[in-house]
Amino acid sequence: MRPAELRTPAIGIDTVEHQAKLLQLWETSPGLKGFFSTVDHKQIGIRYIVTAFIFLGLGGIEALVIRLQLAGPNLSLLTPAQYNQFYSTHGMTMIFLYAAPILSGFSNYLWPLLLGSRDMAFPRLNALSYWIYVASGLFLYAGFLTGNGPNDGWFNYVPNASRDFNPGLNQDFYALGMIFFGISTTVGAANFVVTAFKTRAPGMSINRVPILVWGTLTASVANLLVVPAVSLAFFLLWMDRQFGTHFFDAAQGGQPLLWQHLFWIFAHPWVYAIVLPAMGMVSDGLPVFCRRPLVGYHWVALSTIATMILGFGVWVHHMFATGLPGLGLSFFSAASLLITLPSAVAVFAWLATIWLGRPVINTAFLFFASMIILFVIGGVSGFMTASVPVDWQLTDTYFVVAHIHYVLIGINVFPVVGATYFWFPKMTGRLLDERLGRWNFWTMFIGFNLAFLPMHVTGLLGMPRRVYTYADYGGWGILNLVTSVGSFVFAAGVLLLFVNVARSLKNGREAGKNPWDAPTLEWSVSSPPPVYNFAVIPTVASRHPLWESRLGGAGALSSLDRGMLLDEGKETVGTTAIDAVPERVLEMPQDSVAPALLALGLSLCFAGLLLKLWLPAGAGAGLAALAILAWLWPRTDLREREPSRG
Amino acid sequence: MNRWPLSYLTSSGARAHAILPLTWYMLAVSILVCLVIGIILWMAVRRARPADQDVDIETIPVERGGSGIRWISVGLAISAIPLAGALGWTLITLTAVAGPLTHPGLVLDVTGRQWWWQVQYAADEPSEVFETANEIHIPVGVRVLVRLHGGDVIHSFWVPQLSGKTDTIPGQTNLSWIEADQPGRYLGQCTEFCGYQHAHMQFEVVAESREAFDRWRTAQLQAAGPPASPAATRGLALVEYRCGLCHRVRGTQAGAVSAPDLTHLMSRRQLAAGTLPNNPGNLVGWISDPQNIKPGTLMPNQYLSAQQLSDTLAYLEQLQ
Repeated sequence: MRPAELRTPAIGIDTVEHQAKLLQLWETSPGLKGFFSTVDHKQIGIRYIVTAFIFLGLGGIEALVIRLQLAGPNLSLLTPAQYNQFYSTHGMTMIFLYAAPILSGFSNYLWPLLLGSRDMAFPRLNALSYWIYVASGLFLYAGFLTGNGPNDGWFNYVPNASRDFNPGLNQDFYALGMIFFGISTTVGAANFVVTAFKTRAPGMSINRVPILVWGTLTASVANLLVVPAVSLAFFLLWMDRQFGTHFFDAAQGGQPLLWQHLFWIFAHPWVYAIVLPAMGMVSDGLPVFCRRPLVGYHWVALSTIATMILGFGVWVHHMFATGLPGLGLSFFSAASLLITLPSAVAVFAWLATIWLGRPVINTAFLFFASMIILFVIGGVSGFMTASVPVDWQLTDTYFVVAHIHYVLIGINVFPVVGATYFWFPKMTGRLLDERLGRWNFWTMFIGFNLAFLPMHVTGLLGMPRRVYTYADYGGWGILNLVTSVGSFVFAAGVLLLFVNVARSLKNGREAGKNPWDAPTLEWSVSSPPPVYNFAVIPTVASRHPLWESRLGGAGALSSLDRGMLLDEGKETVGTTAIDAVPERVLEMPQDSVAPALLALGLSLCFAGLLLKLWLPAGAGAGLAALAILAWLWPRTDLREREPSRG
Repeated sequence: MNRWPLSYLTSSGARAHAILPLTWYMLAVSILVCLVIGIILWMAVRRARPADQDVDIETIPVERGGSGIRWISVGLAISAIPLAGALGWTLITLTAVAGPLTHPGLVLDVTGRQWWWQVQYAADEPSEVFETANEIHIPVGVRVLVRLHGGDVIHSFWVPQLSGKTDTIPGQTNLSWIEADQPGRYLGQCTEFCGYQHAHMQFEVVAESREAFDRWRTAQLQAAGPPASPAATRGLALVEYRCGLCHRVRGTQAGAVSAPDLTHLMSRRQLAAGTLPNNPGNLVGWISDPQNIKPGTLMPNQYLSAQQLSDTLAYLEQLQ
């Protein structure tokens, strides 16, 4: 009797009976039970995307309220206390609850399809990551809705966040909520790393994966390294606030700057984590519409990694004004200037791809292509802040607000909306409406630039950020009014996306397998894909399996119709990390409510910690422990299936 | 004060002068890069038209095309030039402006507090040390060392036309310096978020001739005079009894130091850290309802009767 994972899998071709067998093995049970127990990466991915878009809407509404308050000098729509919670919650929502999860959503949905696999490496961990994301999002919003939202900006400097200056529950919600959210990010990142290295289709060596995989993989490695720093920072803050420790309390020998180091050593790489996968979307999507492969694949992949490595060494550029010694500042200044080079690689690769290709202009292309110029604008303003003396002038003014919005909207939202137009047909089987799409694009593009391009000038004229009101110093009023108008136009554009999605879900043109004639594996399966993704595991011979015949070149062709059947259980194939040589059959876990229960238990636990009600906290921890036990419990059905394979 | 009092695209002193050309260089490079990339992108997309418009994507053949690697290598090489320039210039400027002054003409201890600026003029003789708030006078052409202390939370000291930002952080003393090469009023603003009234935490740097500065300093060193009228006498009693819990008026029993020193209140141009112009009307309004004018300010509403208010004002108006 051979262990299951060393069995040599049968090779065969796709048949109707085979598909029926797979369907039976993989299908999620219907109804509420299925809803809470599914581990299908596609369902989880779509949930991630929908949830993140909901948070985008919430953060957007907060932004519009802020823009009403700032539309003119000396307005009083919001009190200072309300304003502080609105802008802090806006930042928290967009940076943590929208920007990263939306990319996790796309990657969750797409990765196994891009990689020729049937699920992520750890499907239950994947479900857990989603449930904790939702739970921590609700936890954080429970604070905001009860008037206890974060009120010290998303980077939450101490001592203003400490209990002496901030006696309410606001900072306890934020601290515990962020620790909670960090669990989601961490397990999600671990899952992506293992998935990228161990579950690629045979033949998909590491230099054949789409750039999106490089982006998310790099971001995930970074998250594994830096999330502990911020979780620790928030934990220490909570200890300082509730248990009288003095980590950040200068009067008792603590160090306020410790917070800033712990925070930024996390938060700067985080900025790259929320743009690199989006850049990957552009690198993969743009060439499809240019009818040619991406220029400089290796350069772009390596520049992704280089960006992140340099990205670990630039956090102090957020702290240039804190009085650190000049020599140290010089190092971080140089690193922050140099990091523009790997970004430039991507820009030139995209430009060359368009120039040397034959671009087909449609909505997805417009979002991807316009992202290039927004990326450059956000990049050069970052380049300006990298110079220490210049940064001493422009930091903490609206110039930086303009910069961060070009980075986050330009390099995250625009690619994400482009990706929505690009992959929506794969996810739903229907195309988004192209005419509405053009309106969608131009409204967003014009609104965005109207709002944020003049904001650079507002900054150069010295308007400080994070002020709830302002005096009209030489044109601040009119500039802010233009920004407010632009932000409403931009919001209307985002609304058009939602309208388009709602309409096209029902009435959209049927997409078929491959509406864009795109080259990668996800387009080789039906739209939407079957629950098991691939009836036979494809064998990959190039970076563009579906374009091979047209791109020419010597060598073997990919095999999509004939491959490992893997229909004796819920299985997929595990391959080696670099060359993707088949190594073992991977048993995939069944659906389970354990992840949802674990998230529920942790929610209860965190709520108890927040209110210092130790009984509910203990009960929550107990429920979480039981969920883990159920999760890991040896299963009879797995044990019984093994001998029959003999 | 000029039309754009917080703009850093003008400079009025050695430190700001050293930074400004670098700012313009970085800005010019940035705008140029955006224009060049924008034009290339526009031309690249225009190449698609009109033949490939509104056609089925599958009808356009997929081709391997040129490798295009040269775009990346040439692009990188060109980008590296202004980048190296920026790096070199940055390091040179940093050396010029970062180091603390070795022979300052004047030393100030500035403490950022929620939400005002405590300013102490250091001197070797203790009798020459005095304190004021939210208005810093300096002689023109003199390099002034500013020692920055954190009073409560983190604030940031910024006078854009004289100097970039330096934070005031509890537990450490940061050093900055300013110099103004022409007389004038230069606006300063807190630029690190510090709570409710971060928006209203301004100060002014008044640069004046040596003689004017010395006159001002001599006046500031004086304690408050005795009340000059019966109303002012009653006012002094109120100031000592009420205001004196937080404020100080040198020469009286109002001796607390957790709020701005009021000894020469009426010599200052602004009230409540730039919130209101300082005149008797605003002062009365401020004393009677600070929470409405600057919500969250640490100054509580006083609930004084009209008589008490006018008495208080009668005394405060004396504090020239």
